[in-house]
Amino acid sequence: MRLHRPNLLLEVLRPLGQLLVFILGASAAISAITVLTAFLIRGTRTDMDLLQITLILLPQVLIDGIVLGFMYATIALGYTMVYGVLEFINFAHGEFFMFGAFAGVEFLVWMQGQGWLPDGQGWLAYLLLAGAVGVGMLISGSISVSTERIAYRPLRGAPRLVPLISAIGVSFLLQDVMRFYQSTANGAFYRTFPTFGGFSERITLFALPLDDREITIAIQMTSIVIIVVGSVMLVGLNYLVNATRLGRAIRSVAQDRNTAYLMGVDVNRIIAVTFLIGGALGGAAGVLWSFRFTRADPYMGFFPGLKAFTAAVLGGIGSIVGAMLGGMVLGLLESFAAAYLTIFTRGAFGAEYKDIFAFAILILILIFRPSGLLGGKTTQKA
Amino acid sequence: MSAPVLELTNVNTYYGKIHALKGISLTVERGEVVTLIGSNGAGKTTTLRSISGLIQPRQGEIKLNGQSIRSVSPHKIVEQGIGHVPEGRGIFPALTVFENLEMGAFLLRDLAEFERRLARVFAIFPRLEERVGQRGGTLSGGEQQMLAIGRALMQQPAILLLDEPSMGLAPLLVEEIFHIIRRLNQTEGTTILLVEQNAQAALQVANRAYVLETGRITMDGSAQALLHDPKVIQAYLGF
Ligand SMILES: Nc1ncnc2c1ncn2[C@@H]1O[C@H](COP(=O)(O)OP(=O)(O)OP(=O)(O)O)[C@@H](O)[C@H]1O
Ligand SMILES: [Mg+2]
Repeated sequence: MRLHRPNLLLEVLRPLGQLLVFILGASAAISAITVLTAFLIRGTRTDMDLLQITLILLPQVLIDGIVLGFMYATIALGYTMVYGVLEFINFAHGEFFMFGAFAGVEFLVWMQGQGWLPDGQGWLAYLLLAGAVGVGMLISGSISVSTERIAYRPLRGAPRLVPLISAIGVSFLLQDVMRFYQSTANGAFYRTFPTFGGFSERITLFALPLDDREITIAIQMTSIVIIVVGSVMLVGLNYLVNATRLGRAIRSVAQDRNTAYLMGVDVNRIIAVTFLIGGALGGAAGVLWSFRFTRADPYMGFFPGLKAFTAAVLGGIGSIVGAMLGGMVLGLLESFAAAYLTIFTRGAFGAEYKDIFAFAILILILIFRPSGLLGGKTTQKA
Repeated sequence: MSAPVLELTNVNTYYGKIHALKGISLTVERGEVVTLIGSNGAGKTTTLRSISGLIQPRQGEIKLNGQSIRSVSPHKIVEQGIGHVPEGRGIFPALTVFENLEMGAFLLRDLAEFERRLARVFAIFPRLEERVGQRGGTLSGGEQQMLAIGRALMQQPAILLLDEPSMGLAPLLVEEIFHIIRRLNQTEGTTILLVEQNAQAALQVANRAYVLETGRITMDGSAQALLHDPKVIQAYLGF
């Protein structure tokens, strides 16, 4: 009978394998399309060797896309988990993300004030960064739980639109609260992520001789950190949901709330825990986001939130694996669009049009495959 | 004399303005099979949902082993010994058979006891053991009903509430389910409150019965007596 108990190693390796497949698969597909496009339209571009430029840029674009993908996936999990248990789209999730970012940045700024931020690399820098992520998770998780308790739970029996409006209200409220706090406390509404720990250093992966030039492929420490932290989050969540008693309770509430009650599950507590986990993941993503783009501002949650939502819908909202896949696809797509759109269109479309892709995907998915790529409706086992 | 396992006194339950239960009183003694029969919309499911706390009665008293369980939240009521197999079975479709059974023992932390109960459920429903890794949603209707009952038995409840276990099953399977109900009661002493539209079969396995009509109990007595009561025969046995 113990055969049916989850195998710890398998529960860790399976999501890692899935992640790897998603990364490689999405990278390969999008790279192939891009290179093919470059190949086809290269004749129209006599001012440069389009194919060569495309290939030179490719590795960096891929790395950036994967990093972005990890962040989108981590945010998307918040949408998907809450949707899984309540069939409700928590539009305030982007603001939980923003609060997490600020919490992490404030923590580091304070550390800096104490003179405790090291300049160079070392274990202390990693420890402090982990601390910032932890603080971000704590704050976002708490705000997420409180929001559920105050603004969503009383509306649980109401028509679907009502909690949705409530979520949008919470969204604006949280933005303005943060803006007010930052402008009164710091005189500016945004915060800069402190530079420390030598995270901006680049590590050369390999160098390629190409014709007369040599191109080096390098990866920033920041990117490595985000990939590692992101993987830990995704694998950890998978383990929690698929292999623990708490996870089984979450899945049972997602599948049939009344029957979950009849099994002795404290449904309200499980819903609160789901908000806690989703919010904490959003907070971690917020800290990583401000780490990567070096700042936090009260409105930073809007676009990443919307794109992560798109990622969740793309993968199949309610499905955890789907959120990972959708996040990766969206991150890569955005990175490719940002890099190649200008080159391919001779500057007719600048990188700022990259967002069109995300939202075009959202519309297409909603029209043609509303259940998403992986089609799960509930928080199912992978 | 000890208190009845389950005792409802003047229970009134509403869905908004709809008055679904209009003063229900009934008792189930230890070791009994009591059936609650009635036509569609009579309030049978509502009675069971009121007992397990899925809906709060507005008035009345519900006691389990002499203790009030009214206004207790449903997950706490389960803890006190109600095993409710809901209408439509309530299988978790994406959980495996094993995980569904694990959910039945959700409140149980003792692994040895878990294995003991599991072995007992598999002894009653060998079919479940064969399908242990299969997703609940892919089981046949009959297997799902067995899983739902097996899952409730994992709770080792003081009383088992069964809501139309024969619904949607082929005649042969209906017979098997009723056979299992009888066996649970006779060889294991399980106390059962059975809700059924299949009055004939229900009255044959039950000791006592209540007839529910639009939220009121209109008749009660020994199952044998009701089985031969002209009014029951005309209204529910369809001869
Ligand atoms: N969620 C609900 N909201 C409003 N009214 C309800 C709800 N559930 C049941 N009712 C009403 O309460 C009454 C009793 O319903 P109940 O489901 O208890 O009947 P039942 O005896 O179980 O019927 P059936 O044999 O068809 O299952 C019916 O009139 C029904 O329409
Ligand atoms: Mg019913």
